[in-house]
Amino acid sequence: MSAKTVNQKAWFLVAPVFALVAFNALIPLMTVVNYSVQETFGDNVFTWAGVQWFEQVLHSDRFHGALLRQITFSAIVLAIEIPLGLGIALTMPRKGPWVSVCLVLMSLPLLIPYNVVGAMWNIMALPDIGLLGKGINALGIDYNYTRQPISAWFTLVLMDVWHWTSLVALLCYAGLVSIPDAYYQAAKVDGAKTWAVFRYIQLPKLKHVLTIAVLLRFMDSFMIYTEAVVLTGGGPGNATTFLSIDLVKTAIGQFDLGPAAAMSLIYFIIILAVSWLFYTLMMKNEEI
Amino acid sequence: MAKISLQNLKHSYSATPQSDGDYALKRLSLDWADGGAYALLGPSGCGKTTLLNLISGLLIPSEGRILFNDVDVSRATPEERNIAQVFQFPVIYDTMTVYNNLAFPLRNRSVAEAEVDRRVREIAGMLDLTKTLGNRASGLTADGKQKISLGRGLVRSDVNVIMFDEPLTVIDPHLKWQLRSKLKELHQRTRRTMIYVTHDQTEALTFADQVVVMKDGEVVQTGTPVDLFERPMHTFVGHFIGSPGMNVLPCEVKGGKASFAGHPVTTVNAKAYKGKGQKLELGVRPEFVRIVKKGIPADVVKVSDAGRFRIVETRSSGGSIKLLIPEGEAVPEGKTHLAFDADHTQVYENGWMVGAKP
Repeated sequence: MSAKTVNQKAWFLVAPVFALVAFNALIPLMTVVNYSVQETFGDNVFTWAGVQWFEQVLHSDRFHGALLRQITFSAIVLAIEIPLGLGIALTMPRKGPWVSVCLVLMSLPLLIPYNVVGAMWNIMALPDIGLLGKGINALGIDYNYTRQPISAWFTLVLMDVWHWTSLVALLCYAGLVSIPDAYYQAAKVDGAKTWAVFRYIQLPKLKHVLTIAVLLRFMDSFMIYTEAVVLTGGGPGNATTFLSIDLVKTAIGQFDLGPAAAMSLIYFIIILAVSWLFYTLMMKNEEI
Repeated sequence: MAKISLQNLKHSYSATPQSDGDYALKRLSLDWADGGAYALLGPSGCGKTTLLNLISGLLIPSEGRILFNDVDVSRATPEERNIAQVFQFPVIYDTMTVYNNLAFPLRNRSVAEAEVDRRVREIAGMLDLTKTLGNRASGLTADGKQKISLGRGLVRSDVNVIMFDEPLTVIDPHLKWQLRSKLKELHQRTRRTMIYVTHDQTEALTFADQVVVMKDGEVVQTGTPVDLFERPMHTFVGHFIGSPGMNVLPCEVKGGKASFAGHPVTTVNAKAYKGKGQKLELGVRPEFVRIVKKGIPADVVKVSDAGRFRIVETRSSGGSIKLLIPEGEAVPEGKTHLAFDADHTQVYENGWMVGAKP
């Protein structure tokens, strides 16, 4: 074997990509970093603040509350949407005219913008005129999302499940149809029951797809903003004030740009860390 | 273990078959003895996989019956039929170890764990998998995975039949030979009924005691490898089996005597020809064509070396004739004369051997 040829010309070819990434990710991110370590009173006057804002955010009860609510929300949403989506995918037909009907019906919620979903459910859940709100109250359950935190949470979770379970279902469905027939035939010949087929064929083959589904749903639900704002503006009280809502309140409501920037970075790092954790855990023991 | 009988079996993938062309399998009756090794041989799309799936119960026949030991199982599920099948692509349960893969069919049938362990270790021993028993199955090579599929078929002691659907397709050539001899050895040790589907004549002829040659959804000939070689019932069999295939040449038969390009030719079956002037052909394998001083004149066109012998292609006034010349013997150049071995030259009418039972 001859020595490897060293050729640095390739760097010129990737330079445009670096420039693009710098402009759309790195530079904006650095602006936030810039704000997070300085104090500003407008007029473009900045004074050095060090890690003061980070300390303030990390020690604030308000941030802790929002973070806890955020984690709880994502956990509930994932715990419902992943099994439900998988279940739906398993019961969807594999061939015949119903396939396209199912696929279209499942895609519909995904096509509706966040704020429209929020507005739809806002109206539907109104206790006096909304179909859902009135219906629940008619059952004798006191339900009013503008007054009761439980009702507000229930509405938000329901809204998210309605909006996004299809995504999980469609991803799983795509994974399921790509399993070769021979696996099912072999399982039949081996005498495997439905549960064994699910446990030893379908679930292992869906692992990658499920990882993607969990990651997407985690990242998205962890950044929920519009729906909660449209429904109650983070209320009642601050019962549905999630991280993003809190962030907007800090940044635009109070113009505390330093703490808001520090909070954004912490928020970003949490999402990054949790996503990495999920990915590592689900890909453990994977030989490719 | 079981004797397998197929009675007037027909299958169509269309729900309302109109013509013969709609059938992937056209009326088929066969009897297979218990403990035999059989091969289904035919080109792609001839219906052999359909037939296999009908026997295993993955498909239900449109018409006809399938009997295992004289019991009708035409509509039984694969589990009820108690069969094993090895597929073209290795099917393994990724998350399980090799051991658990082999134990899976037994555990699904609630076999006692001590018996499971005994059977798994016995089969692993036969397949040289003992060392890898504790490994995850997904880490194995293609031939290792195919051995697991095979092992799952062998692990149950009571299976009626083990079926192989072109199991060596994804195996590297040098390992193909190994696995093929392994299969033969396993058949001799276990004496299970085995059915092997393939389009590769070498695989079929080395594995099976009886080969069923199929074409367009029909059985063309059933016989031992020697039968198929020496007495092809149809020109298709003559062509499909053997390398190079049989010479098929136009001929005439008059008064029980055949002639090719004006030269009289002695054949096995020309006497049986009742004569209606349909399409007549002479079939003679390249192995049975000789160079002689006086006979059918021909020109040598091409000589190719195939190792132990050379394939000589000649052109005569009746068409192109191939013959084999063993290594070391002189190959003629230019003009020469040929003769056909009388015991191995047959007359075919419309593709079928004259005088043979239809």
